[in-house]
Amino acid sequence: MRLDLDPRTIAQARALAAKVGDPIVEMAKKHTTVAVERATLRLAGLGGADPDGTPWVNHLVDAVRADVGLEHGIALPVWQALGAYETTGVRPSGELARPLAPNEGVTARSADNDLARLAEEAAAGQVTFRLPEGAEAELAAKHAREAVGVGIARLDASRVARERMISEIGDAPRKPWIYLIVATGDIYEDIPQAQAAAREGADIIAVIRSTGQSLLDYVPEGATREGFAGTYATQENFRLMRAALDETSRELGRYVRLTNYASGLCMPEIAALAGMERLDMMLNDSMYGILFRDINPVRTFVDQRLSRQIHARAGIIINTGEDNYLTTADAVEAAHTVTTSQLLNEYFAKEAGLENWQLGLGHAFEINPDVPDSFRLELAHALLAKSIFPDAPLKWMPPTRHMTGDIFKGYLLDGFFNLAGAMTGQGILLVGMMTEAVVTPWISDRDLALQNVRYVMDAAGRLGEDFHPAPDGFIANRAREVLGESIDLLGKIIDEPNGLLDAIADGTFGLMKRPADAGKGLEGVAEKSEAYYNPATTILEGEE
Amino acid sequence: MSQGNLIRPYGDTTGDGMVQVSFTLPMKHSKVADGAALQLANKMGMEPAMVVHSKPMGDGFTFFVVYGQVNHLVDVDKVQVVERDFPLLTPKEANAVIKETLRRPLVVVGACIGTDAHTVGIDAILNIKGFAGEKGLEYYKEIEVVNLGAQVSVPSLVDAAVTRRADAVLVSQVVTQRDAHLLNTREMSAAFREAYPAGERPLLVAGGPRFDESMTTELGVDRIFGRGTTPAEVASYLVHRTTAKEPAA
Repeated sequence: MRLDLDPRTIAQARALAAKVGDPIVEMAKKHTTVAVERATLRLAGLGGADPDGTPWVNHLVDAVRADVGLEHGIALPVWQALGAYETTGVRPSGELARPLAPNEGVTARSADNDLARLAEEAAAGQVTFRLPEGAEAELAAKHAREAVGVGIARLDASRVARERMISEIGDAPRKPWIYLIVATGDIYEDIPQAQAAAREGADIIAVIRSTGQSLLDYVPEGATREGFAGTYATQENFRLMRAALDETSRELGRYVRLTNYASGLCMPEIAALAGMERLDMMLNDSMYGILFRDINPVRTFVDQRLSRQIHARAGIIINTGEDNYLTTADAVEAAHTVTTSQLLNEYFAKEAGLENWQLGLGHAFEINPDVPDSFRLELAHALLAKSIFPDAPLKWMPPTRHMTGDIFKGYLLDGFFNLAGAMTGQGILLVGMMTEAVVTPWISDRDLALQNVRYVMDAAGRLGEDFHPAPDGFIANRAREVLGESIDLLGKIIDEPNGLLDAIADGTFGLMKRPADAGKGLEGVAEKSEAYYNPATTILEGEE
Repeated sequence: MSQGNLIRPYGDTTGDGMVQVSFTLPMKHSKVADGAALQLANKMGMEPAMVVHSKPMGDGFTFFVVYGQVNHLVDVDKVQVVERDFPLLTPKEANAVIKETLRRPLVVVGACIGTDAHTVGIDAILNIKGFAGEKGLEYYKEIEVVNLGAQVSVPSLVDAAVTRRADAVLVSQVVTQRDAHLLNTREMSAAFREAYPAGERPLLVAGGPRFDESMTTELGVDRIFGRGTTPAEVASYLVHRTTAKEPAA
C-alpha cells in the first residue's frame, strides 16, 4: 500500500524537525554527564563493582569529579594519574607499579588492570586527581584515546561478527520481524524461555528490564537472578543471552536478534555494553526518559547523543518509543505528536550517525476500538509513518490501552493489529498478548499470539500489494491531516523561546510537563570547559 | 434463605452449570495427555467434561480447552466483599473537587522506604504511565506529585512531607522478607506521629501486594491498598479524605 503524499510537504516537515532539533544538539554538545564519562571508562575496559555492587566506573567518575569537577571530562585527569604510575613507577598510593618497558604504550590489558586499580584507590581516597596541561595533557589524551580505541574496536568487531553470522547462517525469513518479550527476572530462567520463543518463531527476543532500572544511576553488575517484572540489564546478562541465542540461531538456521533497553539514567553506558556484547537492537528514544521517567531533559539529550553514536558504530538498530505517547494521550487526538516525535527522533538519530536501516521508529495500534472507523484510522496512521520513513524498519506496537481483561476481544484486536502491520509494511512487529494487563504472558498466551500472527501473515501478508487507498479517500485524507497537524506543531515549537525544551515543559508530548531545570539526574550534568576532552566522542565523530 | 439466591453457571439453559477452562499441562501431546486434562477437569468439579481442543506447544507442553458441567451452587447471599467506602472519581471529577474544595493543588509525596528498590508499585500509582490502562496521579492537573523513588529513609520522607506541605504520603513496600514491609511501615507512621502535632499529619497510605488491607490500626496508617489497586482508586480515596476534612467555607 502506498500513500500519495506531496514530497514537498514531507520535506517541509523534515526541515522543521531539523530546525527544532538543531539547538538541542548544540546544547548536547556543550554538556557532559556522569553517564557519558562512565561510558567512556567502560569503553576503555573498566568494568566490575565493589563488594557492595557499586561499579568501579561510578567510583572513579565520582572521585575525579570531587577533585577537579566534571566539566573537563574524566579522561585527562584519569590518564594523567595512570601516566604517573608509569613515569614514577609509584602508584599514587605509594605502592610500586608493575615494571614497564621503556616507551611501552598502554595496551588494552595493562590499561584494564591499571584502570581498575586506580578506581579502587580512588574509591579509598588514596588518589588526588588534577587536570594536566600542555604536553602532559597531550600525553594523557593520547593514552586515553588508545584505551578507548580498544572499546571502539570491540564495537566494530561485534558488528562484523553479526554480519558474518547473518551471511553464514541466514537472516529472518520475512518482514515484519516477529518480536517477543521474555521477562522472568532470572537470566537463567530467561534463557530457555528465549530459546523456546525463538524456536516458536520469534525473530527478535527482547529481555524486559527490571522495573525501576531506568532510574538507577549505575549499571548493575554480573548475572542476576532477581528482578521485578523484568531482568536487570547487565553486561554479563547480555553476554549470556547473546551466547544462548547464537546457539539457537545456528540450530534454526536464522540469526535471532537480541534487544534490550538503553533508556534511563545510564543510556550511553548501556549502549556501550550492548555494542561490545553484540546486542542487535536497543530501545533508545529521544524523549521517553524525560516524559515517562521524569529524567532531566538536558541529561537525557546529552546521554542520548553519545548512546546513539555508539549504536551507530555498533550497527545496532534503535527502537524509539512513540507508542508510549498513545498509552497516555488519545491515539486519534495525539496522532500528530507521534509523527512529530518520529521526525525528531529521525533528526537526532541521523545527527548521531545512524542510518535509515537502523531507525526502528515506534508507533502503536492504540485507537479506542469503540471509535467508528478505528481500523481505517489505524491504517492511515501506520501508512503515514511508512510513507514518511519508507526505508526505516518501523516498530509496530500492539494494543495495550484497550486490552481490558476480556481476552477474547483482545485476541480479535490483536488480529486486526497484525493485519494493519502486514498491510502497511511495518518492519518490526511486537507480538500482542491477549492477556495484556492481566498476567505476564503464559506459555499458552505466547503460543496463541504467534498462531494469530502466523495466520494473518500467511493469509494476508501481501494484501497490501492489491490495494491502494483512494487518493481522496478517508485514509489518504486522514494521513494528510495528521501530517499537516504535525507541521503546525513543529512550527509552534520553533516559535517557543526555548524551542523543544519549552514544548516538553508545556506537556506537548504524552501530556507530560517536564521543565528543563527539573527531573532526575540533573545533578549529573555539567557544562563543558574549554579543556574538555573525551576520546569516545572524538573517535566516534571521526575527528582524528 | 430462599432458593432464588442459589445459582449455577449458565451455558444455554438455566441450571446447566456449563463452564469453560483452558490450561497447559507440562507433558507431550498424546492420548494420555488428553486423559490427564480430563482427570484435572473432573477433579475441579467438572463432570461430565469434554476436552474440545488439545495442541502441542513447544517441547513437552500441551494446551487444552475443556468444556464441562459443574455441580456447585453459588449462594449469592453469602458473598462477602470489602466495599469501597468512597466514591470512585474520574481524573476530571477528582480535579474538579480539589479545585472547588481545597482551592490549591493536593500535594502527594510518595516513596519506597527502607532498602526496597522496587518502585513498580509507587510508579504504577504515581507515574503518568499508570497501571491497568489508567493514568497515574501525575496526570491529575490538581494533584502535585513528589515521587522520591526508591530506598528513601524515613527521616528524609518526613522532611520532604514537611517541606512540600504534603496532604498525603504514599509508601510502597514490595519486599516482604522477614516482614520488612510491616516493620518499615510502623517505623514510618511512628516518625510522622512524632514530627507532626496530633491531627495535623498528612494522610498516610501504604501499598503493596502482600499487605492485609485490614491492618491499618496496627500499622498506624490511614489506609492500605493491596494488589491490583488502580491510580483512580488511590486518587479518589485521597480526594475523599482530604476534601472532607477541610472545614466548609
